[in-house]
Amino acid sequence: MIGTQLIDDYARNISDEKQQSVISGSAAGTNKRYQVLHKDYPDPDAIRKLAASIKDHTLHHLGDYLAKAEQALVSRGVNVHFASTDEDARQTILSILQGHGVTQLTKSKSMAAEEIHLNPFLIENGVECLESDLGEFIIQLDGDEPSHIVKPIIHKNRREIARTFQREGIAADYNDDPETITRRARVYLREKYMQAQAGITGANFVCADTGRLALITNEGNSRFGMAPVGVHIALVGIEKIIPQEKDLAVFLNLLGRSATGQQLTVYTEFINGPKSANQPDGPEHMHVVFMDNGRTDVLASNCKEILRCIRCGACQNVCPVYRQASGHAYRSTYGGPVGAVLSPILFGSRFPELADLPKASSLCGACNEVCPVDIPIPDLLLRLRDKAHRAHIHSPAAIPMSPFAVLATSPSLWRTAMTMSKAMNHLPIQVAPIKPLQDWLGQRTLPDSHGGDFRKWMKNHKPTHKP
Amino acid sequence: MANPIARPLNKRVLLMGTCLCDAFYDDTAKATVEVLEHLGIAVEFPENQTCCGQPAFNSGDWPASRKIARHTASVFAGDLPVIVPSGSCAAMNFHGNLLQFEENPDPAITSLANRTWEVMDFIYNGLGVKTWPGKFDKPTRLAFHRSCHARGTGTGEAVRTLLASIENAEVVPFGEAEQCCGFGGTFSVTFPHISGRMGNLKLDRILEIQPDLLVGIDMSCLMHLSGLAQTQGRPVKHLHAIQVLRDTLP
Repeated sequence: MIGTQLIDDYARNISDEKQQSVISGSAAGTNKRYQVLHKDYPDPDAIRKLAASIKDHTLHHLGDYLAKAEQALVSRGVNVHFASTDEDARQTILSILQGHGVTQLTKSKSMAAEEIHLNPFLIENGVECLESDLGEFIIQLDGDEPSHIVKPIIHKNRREIARTFQREGIAADYNDDPETITRRARVYLREKYMQAQAGITGANFVCADTGRLALITNEGNSRFGMAPVGVHIALVGIEKIIPQEKDLAVFLNLLGRSATGQQLTVYTEFINGPKSANQPDGPEHMHVVFMDNGRTDVLASNCKEILRCIRCGACQNVCPVYRQASGHAYRSTYGGPVGAVLSPILFGSRFPELADLPKASSLCGACNEVCPVDIPIPDLLLRLRDKAHRAHIHSPAAIPMSPFAVLATSPSLWRTAMTMSKAMNHLPIQVAPIKPLQDWLGQRTLPDSHGGDFRKWMKNHKPTHKP
Repeated sequence: MANPIARPLNKRVLLMGTCLCDAFYDDTAKATVEVLEHLGIAVEFPENQTCCGQPAFNSGDWPASRKIARHTASVFAGDLPVIVPSGSCAAMNFHGNLLQFEENPDPAITSLANRTWEVMDFIYNGLGVKTWPGKFDKPTRLAFHRSCHARGTGTGEAVRTLLASIENAEVVPFGEAEQCCGFGGTFSVTFPHISGRMGNLKLDRILEIQPDLLVGIDMSCLMHLSGLAQTQGRPVKHLHAIQVLRDTLP
């Protein structure tokens, strides 16, 4: 039975308001990226390819680089932990917090933390955990889920946010002026920063040679979160390693431009380790939790290129399907093209349930074109479609192809079918009781069949040129 | 979607007509023959050709699409260039096929990949024809939709340059050119809502510049866009770039 895909159904049912927010937000992201990248780099492809090769090299020697990073971090007084599953990562973080007697913390934006649903887990276990990134803070207030890697609230507009602030008592009255919203969040968050005993962050990059963490934000929230606390925990996917500090020159230049169309984000932090004896403040204890959570499985698969991803969201911004459906349609932490590849394989046990995600693409390739690490996303989507087919997982909308293969490998049958297709010109096909055909023809006309006409012409054609 | 670096040139070529031209767009295939002959190329059309296999390939049914690819490779066996009036079917030959045979490479498939040219790429980058001696009777605004499967190939520049060299032609850029028309073959059937919305956005952008003619290199995109436009009562005149080359010849 041929039906429509879940993501199409989702897109059909989202509100115009939400869809408009997603479309305008993502289109603006695509335009800014294009302008900034092309202004500064006459040949942006060259730097994308360089970044891809650095990532591939690192992934190829990941074990070595992780060991090197661990050694460098330990020598700087950092406690290094390895978590192989999401549960391990949550428990590791909880026990670190309990060990330091932490009951209240602030957290800057981290997709790794989203991936393991860290917030609700810590709250359940009695740790007050406040998101300090403005977008994530609003998500937390609303009990919502982020719908974009970089702009978690791309699906919301300022009126909704103003209503949330009023409802949650962050502000006394309704005011949807963006600057006022931000000021109000700032007043609220500043107090929370001062009360916190620990800060949790992710890391955009970890340099294997020195163990230095690079962390970028536009709000300075991760930096602010570090200032008053005694404990810093960084949760890092193992694919975030880069070989050397000097590689940051490539990646930082690409990340800001690709993500938000900025040459560099407003804050770029380099974290060396815990506070040293001659530093006036900063966390005395620093922990880095390296998380696998399915990454080594991805590394062993035929889609390992997706681990190059530096989480810029450029593929989401440019993707026409993402724009229509929003990130929530992808039913997992990662939406859009990167999510359509990553989610079904990173959360391996969910593959059957998420096997339809790789189909949510016209294979237009815009995602590959904008990717700062040149991930061949359409190829990976195709490999996953093959994987699903081999596993006999047929999403609701699978169109059986074996009959077509018979036709397309039988030339005389094919020619007959072409000639006969002309009969369709005289049939009212739009009333044929086939739902997808009706849907298709409801929006579009089909041209008249000229089946076989070219073959006839070619047979009688006198070449104007004789070799 | 990078196409092979060095592909053979020859005064004789094989035409892969594509199933869409076989079924609907005979004039596009005719124009391909006529333009190539005008340039001194002899064109042969192997009778047993069918489809490149892309519908099955994109659906994930690779056993089915490999069968079709093997059939196509045998129909186009030899060492002559294979010329295709479609960026999408050409990319199936030189990219998709290599992907679906990556675990068990097949010399016939690799050979087909290395000999396949999208027709405008062949004329411009293969034959070295950099200007077109054509003429429109009056000033004509052209909207050129490059088509997604020509990303990273020589086709886009080829078409833009050749069209712009035609007397009285103006190639007018439109917004969000990187966006897909929403067709994607079976995608438009299983994602009818998203596909339609994508197509309408594309149409809006194209019609904004009020073109006299919409030019493409894939009849599939043009079929989708014109089918939507027709239903909405805003029909748009559309032609394959190869038809424009033929029609503007003196």
